[in-house]
Amino acid sequence: MKALDRKLFRDLWHLRGQVLAIAAVIMGGVATMVMSLSTYDSLVSTRDRFYSEYRLADVFASLKRAPEPVAERLAEIPGVERLETRVKAGVKLEVAGFSDPITGQILSLPDVGEAQLNRLYFKRGRTVQPWSTDEVVLSDTFADAHHLQPGDTLAAIIHGKRKTLTVVGVAVSPEYVYQIAPGAMFPDFKRYGVLWMGRNALATAYDMKGAFNQVSLTLARDANEQDVIDRVDAILADSGGTGAYGRKDQFSNRFLSEELKQLRTMATVFPAIFLGVAAFLLNVVLSRLIALQREQIAILKAFGYSYAAIGAHYVKMVLLMVLLGVAAGVALGTWFGQGLSHVYSETTFRFPYLDYRLQPGTVLIALAVSALAAVSGTLVSVMRAVRLPPAEGMRPEMPTRYRTSLVERLGLQRWLAAPSRMILRHIGRRPLKSLLTVLGIACACGLMMVGNYQKGAIDFMVDVQFRQASREDLALAFIDPTSGRALHELAALPGVDFVEGYRDVPAILRFGQYRHRAALFGIQPEGRLHRSLDSRLKPVAVPPGGVVLTDYLANDILHVKPGDMLTVEVLEGSRPVRQVPVLGITRQYLGVSAYMQKESVNALMREGNTVTGAYLAVEPGSEAELYARLHDRPRVLGMVANKTAVQSFYATIGEFILFYNLVATVLAGAIGFGVVYNSARIALSERGRELASLRVLGFTRGEIAYILLGELALLTLAAIPVGFLVGVGLVGILVVAFQSELYRLPLILTPENYAMGASVVIVSALLSGLLLWQRLGRLDLVAVLKTRE
Amino acid sequence: MMARMPEASPNAVFVARGLTKVYRMGEVEVQALRGIDLTLYRGELVVLLGPSGSGKSTLLNILGGLDAPSGGEVYYLDHKLTGASEIELTRFRREHVGFVFQFYNLIPSLTARENVAAVTEIAESPMRPEEALGLVGLGNRLDHFPAQLSGGEQQRVAIARAVAKNPAVLLCDEPTGALDSATGVVVLEVLEKVNRELGTLTVLITHNAGIADMADRVIRLSDGRIADIHENAVKKPACELAW
Ligand SMILES: Nc1ncnc2c1ncn2[C@@H]1O[C@H](COP(=O)(O)OP(=O)(O)O)[C@@H](O)[C@H]1O
Ligand SMILES: [Mg+2]
Repeated sequence: MKALDRKLFRDLWHLRGQVLAIAAVIMGGVATMVMSLSTYDSLVSTRDRFYSEYRLADVFASLKRAPEPVAERLAEIPGVERLETRVKAGVKLEVAGFSDPITGQILSLPDVGEAQLNRLYFKRGRTVQPWSTDEVVLSDTFADAHHLQPGDTLAAIIHGKRKTLTVVGVAVSPEYVYQIAPGAMFPDFKRYGVLWMGRNALATAYDMKGAFNQVSLTLARDANEQDVIDRVDAILADSGGTGAYGRKDQFSNRFLSEELKQLRTMATVFPAIFLGVAAFLLNVVLSRLIALQREQIAILKAFGYSYAAIGAHYVKMVLLMVLLGVAAGVALGTWFGQGLSHVYSETTFRFPYLDYRLQPGTVLIALAVSALAAVSGTLVSVMRAVRLPPAEGMRPEMPTRYRTSLVERLGLQRWLAAPSRMILRHIGRRPLKSLLTVLGIACACGLMMVGNYQKGAIDFMVDVQFRQASREDLALAFIDPTSGRALHELAALPGVDFVEGYRDVPAILRFGQYRHRAALFGIQPEGRLHRSLDSRLKPVAVPPGGVVLTDYLANDILHVKPGDMLTVEVLEGSRPVRQVPVLGITRQYLGVSAYMQKESVNALMREGNTVTGAYLAVEPGSEAELYARLHDRPRVLGMVANKTAVQSFYATIGEFILFYNLVATVLAGAIGFGVVYNSARIALSERGRELASLRVLGFTRGEIAYILLGELALLTLAAIPVGFLVGVGLVGILVVAFQSELYRLPLILTPENYAMGASVVIVSALLSGLLLWQRLGRLDLVAVLKTRE
Repeated sequence: MMARMPEASPNAVFVARGLTKVYRMGEVEVQALRGIDLTLYRGELVVLLGPSGSGKSTLLNILGGLDAPSGGEVYYLDHKLTGASEIELTRFRREHVGFVFQFYNLIPSLTARENVAAVTEIAESPMRPEEALGLVGLGNRLDHFPAQLSGGEQQRVAIARAVAKNPAVLLCDEPTGALDSATGVVVLEVLEKVNRELGTLTVLITHNAGIADMADRVIRLSDGRIADIHENAVKKPACELAW
């Protein structure tokens, strides 16, 4: 081995503590990136494969009822490749030993042959036998939540009639990767289930013999989707069609896309922040580390080593550190990524399999960014050292020109002993370096705040959504639009404190080229239970005659402002198209909504006092009994209890975000420690001679420790408030980047966030201080006097 | 770098004409060299004498291609050093010059042998590191790290390192400055031996007049000028020096 290479490895070994700390910084950045991107890539590739292998349809349509021959007319539409009709029934379910209300959907499977579209992947058991009357296949989420196996039974109330069903299989469908009850905010696998039954059996029970109420179809390669949708709508208009829609509006797919978009953002923003900060820190730390080598660089130069050879030597040295960090980061990131993918596919989405995928490009980008940051920091320092006039490089460092510090110039020196003055002068001597150190530590603090910011934000979002906006205990949905009188019956039920009716209609909202498919929600103008909030999160009454939109829906989706006229295409009944003015904007963090007064919706629909559901305040303790009574009412279809919705939120999306949060916190901690420790170690190297000389002069270890650690402490303390600012800034970037239809994060930083940010810095500083203290005990006084190095 | 030397004495190695050097430090200008004319010959041992700050190191660094003068010209054989590019200067140092510094400047993470090897690896026809270390009497200390060696031993490693590539010139900047006189004598004996046995032109800086007796010629610098050049009729062997 060449002598220089040997020097390389010995130097690395000698600096192993710092090498590890630098590698930790790189690891933190790279792991975040690998974890996020590989999770994203895995989910996208899994989705695409699942969709194509199990033939997810391209266009879907629901209708009230059409006789089977209508399907032939639909199939003749140009551009339709394959078409399949189904029966779909909303049902209430009963599982032995579980008393909460459960709602569900049963879909038909062909009695003859396999389904053409939206096929099932069987995890356990088998499909239903042809012409069987009581066999069902369960979606795996529901089966798992209730531990139901093939052979078990459950009951369903279909069309008001109770029917006992036998489970024969457990399956996953590309149509229900994301399962959520209509009207619910989050998945709840215990209280909502999707089932499949033989077509004949379901049609018999649901009174759909010889008819269908669901169509799905795939498009030919060159077909125009909107064209096909329009023609389908025209044919189904007489059959109570509620508007055909493409994959982009398909419920599960839309959520999955939004969620993936969110993940993509996360996979860009988080790593960009982490890797960016890590790169900055790497650059700062390495340039200081290399600056320490100036004498050796001067000798190499005197020997006749070329600039290029000297540069290459140090580049090799830092690249080894980078490689170590990247390798550790990729390994850790892959591990976390697999964990995260599983958390994702077990809590939120259901895929039958998971193609875990780490793209080489991800690793290359991580490597390139780290290497670039490291090498540039190194080369700048090497160049500076090489350019140094040789007399200066070789000679003991010129006594630096210290100045009296600002504090002293202010006349405060009376209170400062000599060591304290040394600290202040040393900081003041190289203000830029001190500033970079402060900035580096501040970044670590800010990262930590970003890492654990989401938990507080989510708690806040849930609080706003469930304790200020949707304050009902229970939300009910009726099977059909129902007379407002039904509310009186509900109010009379024991345990019901208060009832508010609502009227929602499926609609497409349009403004210029922008459109959004959503429900128009008619609520009580000054409701006590369900309210809309203004930008200061105060409840505001919905004004009559117009619509009030969630800020994100208004600003980012439809691009409307109050006063604009919105076109509302109702997808129900006679499907009227109306112009409705936008009257206000409301703040909402979860989902997006379009609110009107209930009476206004009734007027829009040219109907009397009609409701489609109700919000209930329930007396605590009487839930079980009330659920049982509601369950028995045939017109009541869905029920969503707020408390369980919150719980299921934390169990699904929450769990995923908190996992991410935990990982980000750990990685931010690693980066933070890496930076603080390195700053401290470099300070020791830079001042080792000076401190040893003081020891020779009779200073105690405690006294020199005070000089060195006092500086570290001062810089650390100065870094914390700066770190808070950095943290707020980074969180601000996150908030802007994360806006989506699903949720918008509030810019909320809790005291815990600040505490976490400060404590990572303080704990790292204390630990580094301890390590330095030990090193100060081993300071070799004789060696310092004997040699220059 | 090819150029004709102004005065083509066959034995001249370095020829310097009108060398000046000004250091600028903000407002202040320091005249380190104020016009030096000098010729150094093959195989001679020259001592550069002068008080601290008289410009000795500056002159040596310019001769060694580590620094460029502000004015004047320097020739090494038929190469003009003034105005040469950094790449050419690097090649010049690599091929022809050995340096010894007051503070040894060994690489702490390399052993004695490896410190020498660091130079022989990039030289054209070097000695083996063991041979060079044998020459300075450290054949038994090959695998010691600098921290395990005394100051005198470290300086001898530095000399071994400088001579191992068989340089045409050996430039030593106060090699004994950090050593006691007994140890210093040992180091000087090594330099004397290298000069005698290898015929290397050796330039030795000191502010110590006692050392001048071992030189062929003594050049006295004072305030950036040559005050006096003096040839020793008889050279004193290094072992008889004392200061
Ligand atoms: N890099 C430098 N910057 C400014 N002044 C310098 C520098 N190097 C040397 N000098 C000044 O040049 C003069 C000559 O220095 P030097 O050649 O090192 O003297 P010597 O080696 O004889 O002690 C001194 O006054 C010194 O302060
Ligand atoms: Mg000098």
